[in-house]
Amino acid sequence: MPEKTRDELVRIDYTPPRRDWSDPAIDFEARKGTWSYPAAAKNLRYLGFPNPRDWSPTDEDWQLPENWQQVIHDGLAERLTKYRSLKLFLDVCVRCGACADKCHFYLGSGDPKNMPVLRAELLRSVYRNDFTTAGKILGRVAGARKLTPAVLKEWFYYFYQCTECRRCSVFCPYGIDTAEITMLARELLNLVGLNINWVMEPVANCDRTGNHLGIQPHTFKDNIEFLVDELEETTGVRVNPSINRKGAEVLFIVPSADFFAEPGIYTFMGYLLLLHSLGLDYTLSAYASEGGNFGLFTSHDTIKRLNYKIYHEAKRLGVKWILGGECGHMWRVMHQYMDTMNGPADFLEAPVSPFTGTAFTNAASTKMVHICEFTADLIKHGKLNLDPTRNDHLRVTFHDSCNPARAMGILEEPRYVLRSVVNNFFEMPENTIREQTFCCGGGAGLGNDENMEMRLRGGLPRANAVRFVHEKHAVNRLACICAIDRATLSTLMEYWVPEVDVSGVHELVGNALVLEGEKPRTTDLRGKPLAARKGDADA
Amino acid sequence: MRDRGLILTGLTIFLALLLAPVWQAALRGSARKPEPKIVTKAKQCVEPTAEMRRNHMQLLNTWRDTVVRRDQRTYLAADGKTVTMSLSGTCMSCHPNKKEFCDACHNYLAVNPYCWECHIEPKEKS
Amino acid sequence: MRVVWSLLLVGALALVGFFGAQAGGQALFGIVLPYLAMAVFLVGIAVRVVGWARSPVPFRITTTCGQERSLAWIKASPLDNPSTGLGAAARVLLEVLTFRSLFRNNRSELRDGGRFTVSADKWLWAAALAFHYSFLVVFLRHYRFFAEPVPAVVAWIQGLDGFFQVGLPVVYVTDIVLVVALGYLLWRRLADPRLRYISLPADYFPLALLLGIALSGVLLRYVSKADVVAVKELAIGLVSLHPTVPQGIDPLVFAHIFLVSVLLTYFPFSKLVHMAGVFLSPTRNLANDNRMRRHINPWNPPIVGHTYAEWEHEFHDKLVASGIPLDEE
Repeated sequence: MPEKTRDELVRIDYTPPRRDWSDPAIDFEARKGTWSYPAAAKNLRYLGFPNPRDWSPTDEDWQLPENWQQVIHDGLAERLTKYRSLKLFLDVCVRCGACADKCHFYLGSGDPKNMPVLRAELLRSVYRNDFTTAGKILGRVAGARKLTPAVLKEWFYYFYQCTECRRCSVFCPYGIDTAEITMLARELLNLVGLNINWVMEPVANCDRTGNHLGIQPHTFKDNIEFLVDELEETTGVRVNPSINRKGAEVLFIVPSADFFAEPGIYTFMGYLLLLHSLGLDYTLSAYASEGGNFGLFTSHDTIKRLNYKIYHEAKRLGVKWILGGECGHMWRVMHQYMDTMNGPADFLEAPVSPFTGTAFTNAASTKMVHICEFTADLIKHGKLNLDPTRNDHLRVTFHDSCNPARAMGILEEPRYVLRSVVNNFFEMPENTIREQTFCCGGGAGLGNDENMEMRLRGGLPRANAVRFVHEKHAVNRLACICAIDRATLSTLMEYWVPEVDVSGVHELVGNALVLEGEKPRTTDLRGKPLAARKGDADA
Repeated sequence: MRDRGLILTGLTIFLALLLAPVWQAALRGSARKPEPKIVTKAKQCVEPTAEMRRNHMQLLNTWRDTVVRRDQRTYLAADGKTVTMSLSGTCMSCHPNKKEFCDACHNYLAVNPYCWECHIEPKEKS
Repeated sequence: MRVVWSLLLVGALALVGFFGAQAGGQALFGIVLPYLAMAVFLVGIAVRVVGWARSPVPFRITTTCGQERSLAWIKASPLDNPSTGLGAAARVLLEVLTFRSLFRNNRSELRDGGRFTVSADKWLWAAALAFHYSFLVVFLRHYRFFAEPVPAVVAWIQGLDGFFQVGLPVVYVTDIVLVVALGYLLWRRLADPRLRYISLPADYFPLALLLGIALSGVLLRYVSKADVVAVKELAIGLVSLHPTVPQGIDPLVFAHIFLVSVLLTYFPFSKLVHMAGVFLSPTRNLANDNRMRRHINPWNPPIVGHTYAEWEHEFHDKLVASGIPLDEE
């Protein structure tokens, strides 16, 4: 938790400084709590990334390679020819300011450089200087800046202060997507060794062990067996997930946080119960044991490198199609990048639900189905025996996770599932949900402890909306379909709205799901007692 | 990329549309400048020609208001001469030919004055 | 200060046109510069658009603003989350014609006790739409100077624009709307400290320039009237490639034409290229059909991740010990 109190944090001054923004000077010492630690040299070395060293942003000398300006200039030139998005977004912004108060970091910090328009200007000004006629001739009058060490430090600070949530892109009249700008700016920063450990360690782990957390196969199995034991205690039913089993029909991929830590593990229990009750022929993989992909927060090449495992493993195991768990940025990658990068998945079959016969035509090429799509279809066809009263101790609201909402559009499926498994469901205000949803404040690799003040600030708009429904409807559970959310929103709630817990949607499915041969449930999957029900005494 | 053709088509259409007047001029030949025909021996209208070319509409407007609303019919020109304010009486005595005089420029510039909503259009041999 | 410099610069440019033409520069300001400006505009825009087109769109990064098409019984959002090319085209078209994204605009404000309130904020949308449409109509109305005979549709637009028949010459609604909208757009940049902070000279200058063009045009129509027959002669001369400067063209006309020439020249090098760019925005013009159809990246790099074999080799003993099947089993 930061040193500042809640009252201090909400005293936000939106008055911009008098000084022009183009002369940067960031005092990293004074801004502790709002930036992330640099990547450890060992992780960069493992991955073969440039300029591994031990350094701190508070150092005067960041130990950059000698020709760092040239490296970044060339890197930008290369990306301008590879990404129309970058070229266009750098050219067409008119600075209308519509994006300004759409960014959760701006709203929570009042720092004008967190306005998406200025975040992009940090890069755009250098682009003008190096690549445009007007900038070359007119210099500062045309809004051009030379890439100085101070500008680079500012890049590091602000491009690791964007969670790539794309909310600004919804409001931009030209669809300028700051996530795209940030992704490519981080690629440039990576070229000279400016990266953060909370991103690079998971990337290194994932490459080696198969998942961000660095869980090795035997521990992976132990963890799952532990969860299976827990489930048996709660439900009396022993589920039997398989690992690395060839010939299964479906490969099931989840974010690793779901089998590692609370509250994700309860979501994982929900998956296990669901798949067991159906009798789906599926397997988990200890090799492709990560659905998430911190490559998304590093570089496009790294996305591809980490994502490679998914199809590679599906092919090796000979499954027909892939089912994916609840995770936000994982689904951005699976939906918008995987097929392009590592496809075509012509060794798989177009997914069809074995229980309802529904062909998931929307996944015909990628052959990967979101578990909320899968479950919504089951419920619609009456294939699940659900007792929503088992969630009556909960009053639930739903947080649309950024990527599933704005890079996919999976809005109704989780709501349909939720309404089927809980009796008390309440929406947050409309400007804070669906495509306008507010970020948790800790995505894109920023969910680390040293960045806590900025996380809490960035999460304030979201927390605010939760507090609204908490006060109005006594909401005490915040459901979401994202593993990063489950981790970061928990911290956020603990600080801003401590009465509200966070969970995945399938945890609530697991609570409501009536299994064959189960014992009468007295607690939910967390071991919390269920609400007293009428007629319980008779039964 | 599959969309390059689409983009170039769009660009071409845009540029072609923008140059529409050039195509029109090329197809129709260069337009002649209008020459409004004046059937009078007088050397000058009620005001100097340059003034009349630019501001006749305002003069006529003032005349109409003065005559209709204030019942005054005498106009004192800048050079001290007086004339009777009357479209059919004064103007059309020198410019009786609407088609060859008024319309020459009005059509050229797509101006559509509403004089003839009240006044009767002069009958002309065409 | 930036706005003052921009306004002064535009004023100076207008004076250059005004006095330059009188000092014998009629052919320069009436013929040479307009031709040059048009050439720069045409070539500049083409170079810009071709430049964008040359960079591929490696990934389909649609920003989805509505429900995806998934299960048959869930109502998808065909415009905000199009699953077909046609839907994406409609999305772009409506973006261009109605500024739908800007229409979503709202204002978040922090209240006492750390509460955010969100209210609709349509002023920017309304002013932007008003400016762009009135500019379009004014632009189209000018066709009467460049075409002989004047197409019926231009006369029709004029008639509609002057529908209220106020004043003489009839006041065009778009003239008023154009100036008011530009005034508002300039005012909001100055009045809102946040916007003032982000505004560059490149934001004030086009507004000042457009205001200069609009105001000089208004003067020419309503106050210091030009000899429009002579003006049209000049215009027709330009488009028929037989340029002449006829007698009797007022200096203010040259000022107006010079400012337009500056705008045309400035356009391709400025943010004003958003006019063309809006059509190419990959977050808007692509269908969200990523999982239905494979999107091809022309430079897809041949990256291979950590393979299963390498992984099994490293963890072989642990796999065996924990009973996880190996590949050959």
